[in-house]
Amino acid sequence: MSTRIGEPSATRAPRRGWLYLLPVLLFAAVGVFLALGLGRDPQTLPSVLIDKPAPAFALPPLPGRDERGFSSADLGGRPMLVNVFASWCVPCRIEHPVLDQLAREGVTIHAINYKDAPDDALAFLRSLGDPFTRIGTDRQGRAAIDWGVYGVPETFVIDRDGRIRYRHVGPLQPRDLERTVRPLLAELGR
Amino acid sequence: MRLRKRQRIVLVALVLLLGAGSAALVLAALGEKVSLFVAPSDLAAGPLEPGKRLRLGGLVEPGSVMRGTDGEVRFAVTDGAHSVPVVYRGVLPDLFREGQGIVTQGQIDASGVFRASEVLAKHDETYMPKEVAEALKRSGHWKDGSTGAPK
Amino acid sequence: MIAELGHFALVLAFAVALVQGTLPLLGAARRDATLVAVAPPAALVQLLLISIAFGALVHLYIVSDFSVANVAANSHQSKPLVYRISGVWGNHEGSLLLWVWILALFGAAVAAFGRNLPVLFKSRVLAIQALIGVGFLAFMLFTSNPFERLDPAPLEGRGLNPILQDPGLAMHPPMLYLGYVGFSTTFSFAIAGLLEGRIDPSWARWLRPWTLAAWTALTLGIALGSWWAYYELGWGGFWFWDPVENASFMPWLAGTALLHSAIVVEKRDTLKSWTILLAILTFALSLLGTFLVRSGVLTSVHAFASDPARGVFILALLIVAVGGALALYAWRAPSLQGGGMFAPVSREGALLLNNLLLASATATVLLGTLYPLALDVVGGPKISVGPPYFNATFVPLMIPLFLALPIGAVLAWKRADLVGAVQRLWLAALVTVGLSIGLVLVSDLELGLSLIGYGLGLWLILGSLADPLSRAAPAGGGFGRFWRRLIGLPRASWAMVVAHVGLGVLVIGVTATSTGQSERILSMRPGQTAEIAGYAVRFEGVQEVRGPNWIAQRGTFTVRRDGTFVTEIASDKRFFVVEQRPTTEAGIHTTLWRDLYFVLGEPAPDGAWTVRLYHNPLVAWIWGGAVLMALGGLLSLSDRRFRVGAPRPARTAVAVPAE
Repeated sequence: MSTRIGEPSATRAPRRGWLYLLPVLLFAAVGVFLALGLGRDPQTLPSVLIDKPAPAFALPPLPGRDERGFSSADLGGRPMLVNVFASWCVPCRIEHPVLDQLAREGVTIHAINYKDAPDDALAFLRSLGDPFTRIGTDRQGRAAIDWGVYGVPETFVIDRDGRIRYRHVGPLQPRDLERTVRPLLAELGR
Repeated sequence: MRLRKRQRIVLVALVLLLGAGSAALVLAALGEKVSLFVAPSDLAAGPLEPGKRLRLGGLVEPGSVMRGTDGEVRFAVTDGAHSVPVVYRGVLPDLFREGQGIVTQGQIDASGVFRASEVLAKHDETYMPKEVAEALKRSGHWKDGSTGAPK
Repeated sequence: MIAELGHFALVLAFAVALVQGTLPLLGAARRDATLVAVAPPAALVQLLLISIAFGALVHLYIVSDFSVANVAANSHQSKPLVYRISGVWGNHEGSLLLWVWILALFGAAVAAFGRNLPVLFKSRVLAIQALIGVGFLAFMLFTSNPFERLDPAPLEGRGLNPILQDPGLAMHPPMLYLGYVGFSTTFSFAIAGLLEGRIDPSWARWLRPWTLAAWTALTLGIALGSWWAYYELGWGGFWFWDPVENASFMPWLAGTALLHSAIVVEKRDTLKSWTILLAILTFALSLLGTFLVRSGVLTSVHAFASDPARGVFILALLIVAVGGALALYAWRAPSLQGGGMFAPVSREGALLLNNLLLASATATVLLGTLYPLALDVVGGPKISVGPPYFNATFVPLMIPLFLALPIGAVLAWKRADLVGAVQRLWLAALVTVGLSIGLVLVSDLELGLSLIGYGLGLWLILGSLADPLSRAAPAGGGFGRFWRRLIGLPRASWAMVVAHVGLGVLVIGVTATSTGQSERILSMRPGQTAEIAGYAVRFEGVQEVRGPNWIAQRGTFTVRRDGTFVTEIASDKRFFVVEQRPTTEAGIHTTLWRDLYFVLGEPAPDGAWTVRLYHNPLVAWIWGGAVLMALGGLLSLSDRRFRVGAPRPARTAVAVPAE
């Protein structure tokens, strides 16, 4: 029985052991690539607009709210936020209380209303509150192109000189406020 | 014993043959059959070899869409810094609109017009093909590099 | 309240999974019967809890409770009931809950029906199953809670992406997940086998029904997805080599290889470490697919919206589960004893060739899918790998596979006689060649890839049918006895024949559609007539119609052939009011031999419309073939000899091969 060919022997296993290591090594390589690939996600990459002046734009007002509109001239003077939102966007609904909170603390927030029907936008602000100082309506999404916006919501932090200092993609969560937005605003305001 | 040896030799030979065969297929295909993703600024930066498979990504320039007869559509794809004229024959995706982020597959012809064989629009406003998003960012970089760029 | 109940049930399920994933392993190591006995009831409780959570989410969707963020983001009161329900799995969180539910379903099924499994082995399988569940439940609870509340609640939901409001897509994810997640059982069986250090023919026999069930569901799931893409995306293709499609195709390829190699373990007690590896890799590819679809690392038209936190979590899960399994494999597999030997020309040899070809094909698809990512990571140019790459790598690997398949299926185990096999198939080969030549003569078929495709398809069908026919034919006795002998063949052999014939039908359908499609894009005014593939198509005009939650412009076409009326076809451009989004519904007229596929495009200023007309030959064969393959899987599953719980030969008799 001990001479049976198929029997495992003490010498055989180690000799070909490396072959059995091959799958786990290959997988490790794939895993490293996937992890690096994850790090390249657009949400974690800083925008190249950062530390650059905000693009020039002039947007018409939201009819029924005010007559002022929103243009590049409104940027600068003190640190502020620019929020891109739309009434049809559910994440915007989620982040809205966070913006309200900031506005109550005295932070200036301007908004670009992205590809939205004015009536819907008004209804949205009426039901959830209006934390915005100025609102520009961007029905075609042209200004958003210049800002490099590729979805809603997005939020930009602008410094005193009207330069973009930070870009947040997706809804602002309370933890984002604590970690990045508030410290940055405080630093810029100094 | 001999049978086992033969079995192993045949097995190893098969594995090597197949491995080499598939590797050759893959290498040849990766060399020729993939398409390079480009943004309008890349095309403006310098000539690419004509006939190369390309994927052009960017936003449909507002006001540029012209529908001809016979299903031919002309429009421009822009990344904010440069724009490229595109000709496409066929039915556009439902979400194709001016200002929309799209990716088109095709080749550039001698006169610098992009001849598209396929146009894809993103499915959701809160989601954009990753290459497009990054290309737009790169184009922002571009703007700064070339002083006096139109804006 | 219901949402909190669902959330609570998930938390409880997580706790139960933790218990089920640890105590039985401990018990199995210490030979402690009490701890081991925890596993089966825990698996059933887990299914119950996750069913409660899933039921809660379905309920919230049905009653349109928009205080739940997930419902508000993906549903709307004006949606028809069936799409409110299917909306549950039309988004990331809900589909994840479905994923976990199916995982629990398989765990409970092993607990309930795996009566023939040894107690220790079964408890280990259930523990591994539970550990996978722990990972995914944690993923859901920490990053993707479907029961998260939204305050203030919106009055109306945002609606579901209109292209997802479709019967084909309502069924696609459940089927696909049954397949994907079903392979978790083969993974658990493999790990449990490695832990016990004993892989033998009875292990392969236990594995068989689970592999078959998962494979059958995955086959149907992929076919449904392809069918949906065909009629819904409106460009007449059925497979795009999109990363998301590849994500489901890779586990299928590996699972197909596993199905075949497990037969070798079962019958001949050899190829064991390879089969174990395949079982691990198949599920690894399922997990990889889940990762690719949900992390946003790859660009695709139908990936879920990306979220890096989720990507990190899933990647961690993937690395722990697969890395751990492969490390265990590297440690334990070398000590698995090799079993029976075989000559290169034998059934084992043929199945090995099948495995090598399928594995190479899987590798090329994997490479093509990940290559853009890898190139991006090392700072290379951004590229996209599309159909040209896959046609150049995948197709050449399938040609030898299909050529060898009918021959391999008639070879004897251990050592076969190639001449004898050829003798059994010469008639089929002759008919194949004859029909192919006939095809070239009667049609304007080009000599080239399309001829190879048709020839291979015919060869697969005829070569697979030849064996049962010749086995039933000898010794005379008239048609009655021939028929009785034919249907008296074991069901497992019939399963193989049906599945292989299905593959042949599929190959013919794919060949015909991809090489014989006629396409015309033109601008038509109402009343104009165009011609495609011998059909005269008259564009009747466009009118407005209303559906439950959309309004549409409907273009109508009348089709005639040689002056006789064939059919009327309507194609819609729908506009979904809530979602503010348009979709296109292609007008399709299907027969066994061809599809007429018309798409209404954009209006031009002069009153004409862009229309796209397709004539797709034999396209129904693609899905018919896939259904036949799945039917083969079901037939094999129903074979008495392998049915779960069926009496089996005494274990010891099989475990010691008579070499």
